[in-house]
Amino acid sequence: MVSHEKTMNANRAEQATGSAQVRQAGASPNMTRGAWVVGALVLILLVALPWVAPYFYIFIATEVLILGLLAASFNLIFGYTGMLSFGHAAFFGIGSYAVAMLLQAYQWPLLACLLAAVVVATVLALVIGFFCVRLNEVYFAMLTLAFGMMVFSIAHQWRSVTNGSDGIAGFSVTSFGLGLDLQLGNPSVYYHVVLVIVLLAAALLYLICRSSFGLILRAIRQNPERVAFCGINVRAYRLASFTVAGAFAGLAGGLMAPFLRIASPELLHWSMSAEPVLMTILGGSGYFLGPFVGAGMFVLLEAWITSMTQAWMLVLGIILAFMVMFFRRGLLGTVLDWIQERK
Amino acid sequence: MMHTQEKDIILQVSGIGKRFGGVAAVSNVDLDVYRHETLAIIGPNGAGKTTFYNLLSGRMQPSSGRIVYEGRDITGMPPHEISRLGISRSFQINNIFEEMTVRENVEVAVTALRGEGRRWNNLASRNRSVQADADELLERLSLSELAHQRAGVISYGDKRLVEIAVVLATQPKLVLLDEPTAGMTPDETQRVVNLVKSLRESGDYTFLITEHDMNVVFGLADRILVMHRGQKLVLGTPEEVRAHPEVRRAYLGTADEEMTT
Repeated sequence: MVSHEKTMNANRAEQATGSAQVRQAGASPNMTRGAWVVGALVLILLVALPWVAPYFYIFIATEVLILGLLAASFNLIFGYTGMLSFGHAAFFGIGSYAVAMLLQAYQWPLLACLLAAVVVATVLALVIGFFCVRLNEVYFAMLTLAFGMMVFSIAHQWRSVTNGSDGIAGFSVTSFGLGLDLQLGNPSVYYHVVLVIVLLAAALLYLICRSSFGLILRAIRQNPERVAFCGINVRAYRLASFTVAGAFAGLAGGLMAPFLRIASPELLHWSMSAEPVLMTILGGSGYFLGPFVGAGMFVLLEAWITSMTQAWMLVLGIILAFMVMFFRRGLLGTVLDWIQERK
Repeated sequence: MMHTQEKDIILQVSGIGKRFGGVAAVSNVDLDVYRHETLAIIGPNGAGKTTFYNLLSGRMQPSSGRIVYEGRDITGMPPHEISRLGISRSFQINNIFEEMTVRENVEVAVTALRGEGRRWNNLASRNRSVQADADELLERLSLSELAHQRAGVISYGDKRLVEIAVVLATQPKLVLLDEPTAGMTPDETQRVVNLVKSLRESGDYTFLITEHDMNVVFGLADRILVMHRGQKLVLGTPEEVRAHPEVRRAYLGTADEEMTT
């Protein structure tokens, strides 16, 4: 994915640099080749991970991929369209519940469950988005938060359907679909399934971000009023962005349930909505891959720091404050800026 | 130039008014705009010119009155619908996409015009036909050299031209320019004047222009609307306006000398 991103950027090699948020960075041919090499290495590493890394890291990597997709979907709303949503966990969580319930009740193949998760999350995002995109900035953020809390409450209270705080557990994935015989109970196999699905989803999301539709979204982030005066129904585009992001979040959530072997209300909690926000800021909202990098930082730091101290949140808080104060473009943004300046 | 023989009315404003609380920013303005004319709107700061634009372009809802464009009532329509009908406006303060390149700024408007914003399965950076249209327009405005510059870093005067490029990219029939030369150097001002003149000669556009620079106003306008305290003071040819005693007293007092030369 790194390489893909950079090739597109190379088309604009002559372009001026600056502190723009989502933009096509100027890249020299050397840098493009470098990006291809880095991208290929990362991809090989990801594929080979179960054989080269300790067993524990299969779980870490699976989580990074899933949460990375969640954060990248969030960034379609935040980094591209310019709206800060605090309710993104609703779509992630409902995707998880959809897969967990379908597996528990009907033992559908995984692919069919994931498709259902996407459909359910899309519908929910369309409904919630319909109300939220009418508002701007802080009011938008507050309304998404409010809807997120409502969805959480429903999952938490409606015991007869959702099993309340215990969540939906005790299911197993029996088949993948497409006639493929995969041992999905094996963490390494499941990791590879997640890797392929996340790569495909990320490629699609990337295409959407860089399409004509994405161009309008980027324009809306910078200056919604000007876009309206160009003849664009800004509210409709915001709703489309919100809904597409919800769909991808639903897919991420759907992948999460078999991984955790449970769908519980925590996946819908507002603190879960904060995670893609933090990941995106850590990695950098200005680049498509920023949220994935941020998810990697978040999960790895959590794993390492919790093994050393109880105060994981304190350490995360310090890192986050530091990033926001000194490296506002996130880790990926800062590194790429630095490479560019050196050229 | 105005085609006086046809007097085809493109925009008909009747009794339009806008109140903010107890203050009437615009009150009871009637105006017929003829197709292909250039009509300047002048008046001191606070005369209601920009509010008038905001009403015409859908940025604000009028408190009273009606706006009819090409026989169609557009009163209270949202901006994007008004824009699609062929009315496009510039802004007094630069209002462009600063983080995008100059060409991308124009591409946004072209993409919007063609309804290609609904396309999610292409790469915008490979959308050759949109880019061709954008390049052609930039060429026309002598902005080609800046095409790949980030709009945020170009000079103030160039930004104002990009603003006009974005307006024109929506292929409007009626163009509302809000102080297009404000803050420009004399050279840059001349560039805008020449641009508007050449666009006028193409016969595709009708212009409304608010402007403080009287040389620009009298150099471009077929007719002039003088606004004062939200109301229509005088509407007439440049000669009529120049001669009008009330205009001199109310507004042009200081510009008197300049105007008579």
